Amino acid sequence: MIEVKELRRSFGPIVAVDGVSFNVEKGDVLGFLGPNGAGKTTVMRILACFLRPDSGSASVCGFDILKKPVQVRRSLGYLAENAPAYNEMTVGAFLNFVCDVRQITGSKRKQSLDRIVPMCAIESVYHQTIETLSKGYQRRVGLAQALIHDPDVLILDEPTDGLDPNQKYEVRKLINKMASDKCIIVSTHILEEVEAVCSRMIIISRGRILVDSTPEKLKEKYRCTLDEVFRKITKAKVA
Amino acid sequence: MHSFWAVFKRELKSYFTTPLAYVFLVIFLFFSGYLTFKQGFYEMRQADMRAFFISLPLLFVFMVPATAMRLWAEERKVGSIELLLTLPITVTQAVLGKFLAAWLFLAIALALTFPMAITVCYLGDPDVGLIITGYLGSLLMAGGFLAIGCFFSAVSKSQVISFVLSVVACAVLVFAGMPTTLNFASTFLPAGLVAAIENMSFQTHFESIQKGVLEFKDLSYFVLLIVGWVAASSIVLNERKTG
Repeated sequence: MIEVKELRRSFGPIVAVDGVSFNVEKGDVLGFLGPNGAGKTTVMRILACFLRPDSGSASVCGFDILKKPVQVRRSLGYLAENAPAYNEMTVGAFLNFVCDVRQITGSKRKQSLDRIVPMCAIESVYHQTIETLSKGYQRRVGLAQALIHDPDVLILDEPTDGLDPNQKYEVRKLINKMASDKCIIVSTHILEEVEAVCSRMIIISRGRILVDSTPEKLKEKYRCTLDEVFRKITKAKVA
Repeated sequence: MHSFWAVFKRELKSYFTTPLAYVFLVIFLFFSGYLTFKQGFYEMRQADMRAFFISLPLLFVFMVPATAMRLWAEERKVGSIELLLTLPITVTQAVLGKFLAAWLFLAIALALTFPMAITVCYLGDPDVGLIITGYLGSLLMAGGFLAIGCFFSAVSKSQVISFVLSVVACAVLVFAGMPTTLNFASTFLPAGLVAAIENMSFQTHFESIQKGVLEFKDLSYFVLLIVGWVAASSIVLNERKTG
C-alpha cells in the first residue's frame, strides 16, 4: 500500500534522505528506527505530502504523492512529531474541525467521534482547550485526529513520546488491534516498542537504509537484544 | 469546497475565542472615532463621512497588518501548519479560507462603525450613495492591505518581521499617492513616472471611489492587487515544501 522509490531530499548542504526505497503492505506494522537526525521525520513528511522530495517517487494506496496529494492525504492518517494542533481550540471543536475538512458529516460524524474519543481515552478533557492539556493528552488528541476517518494507512511519528507507561501500553495495544487491516509506519526510539508492535523494522542512518528486516530475524542473526543490534548497526556503519 | 469552508469557519471562530478580536475591535473603533473628530468633523459643518474615511488608510496601515501577521507566521511557529497541510486540502484552499475569514473579520470591524453613519444621518441629510461607496472603498482597501499582510506572513516565521514588512509595504503604497510625495517626486521625475507612482498608490484609487465614482480602473486596481498578493502567498507556501 505504500511504495517508496529512491527518495532523495536535502536541506541546503545537508542530505536528509539519500535514496530510500521500501514497500509496506496491508497488515504490516513497520518500525522506523534510527539515531537523531537520521531522516525518519523527513521521509514521513514526504509521505504525508508536507515536503516534496528532490527526486524519487512514492505512492500511498496507489496515489502518487506528487500528482495526487489530496487523495493521498485523504487515505492517510498522519500524526506529526510533537502532535501539532490548534492550541486555542477545545478538543471537541478541534476534532469537529478535522471532521469538517475530511467531510465526515451528520450521523457518520457522531459515530466517528463516539468511536474515537473513548478509544484514545480523551473523554475527560473533551471540553478543555488543547493548550491546557499535558503532553500525553495532547498526543492522544493528535492520535484521535489521525484516526478519526479510519484511514487505511497510518503514519505515526513517535506516537508514544511523552506518554506515561500506562498510556504507552494503551497506544501499543491500539496499534496491535488495528494492525491486521491497516498499513502502519511507526517511528520510535524505543526498541521495546518495536518488539511489542512491529512486524518489520527498518533502521535508517544519515538518510540511508541500513537494515530492512524483522525484529526476530535480527535478534537471531546478531544473538543479542535489539538495543545492542541497533548500536552495532548504526555505530559500525557511521564510523 | 468543504475543506475551504472548514478552514474559513475555524479561522473566523479563532478570532473570537481569543482576546484578539475584542482588543482589535475596541482599539479600531476608538481610533476611527477619535481621528474623525480630530479631523474637524463638526467644524466642517457638513453631514458626510469624509472625515471618517480620510483617516482610515492611516489606521489600516497599522491595524490590518496586525490582523494579517498571524495568518501563517503563527501556524508555522506553532507547527500546526504541518497538521493543516497534511489534511486533504490544497494550499490554495487553505490560503483563500484564511484570507477570506480575515477579510470578513475586517468587514465586521467596519460594519461596527455604523454609529458614525447614524450620527451623520441624524445631524443632516447626507448622500447615502456616497457613504455606501465610501464603505465599499474601505472594504476593498482593507482587502488589499490584508493580501499584502498575508503574503508577508507566509514569508516569515516571525510575526514581528511579517508585521514590520507589511506595515512598510502598505505605508509605501499609501504615501506614494499623498500630494506631498507627488509634489516632491515631480521636481525631478518626468510627468509620466509621477503619474505611474500616483496610480500605484492606494490613496489615489481609494479617494476616487470615496468621491462616489465607481470606475473600472479603481475596482480593477484593488481586485488585481488582492488576487496578485494572495496568489503570491499561495506560491510562497507551495515553494516552502521544496525549499
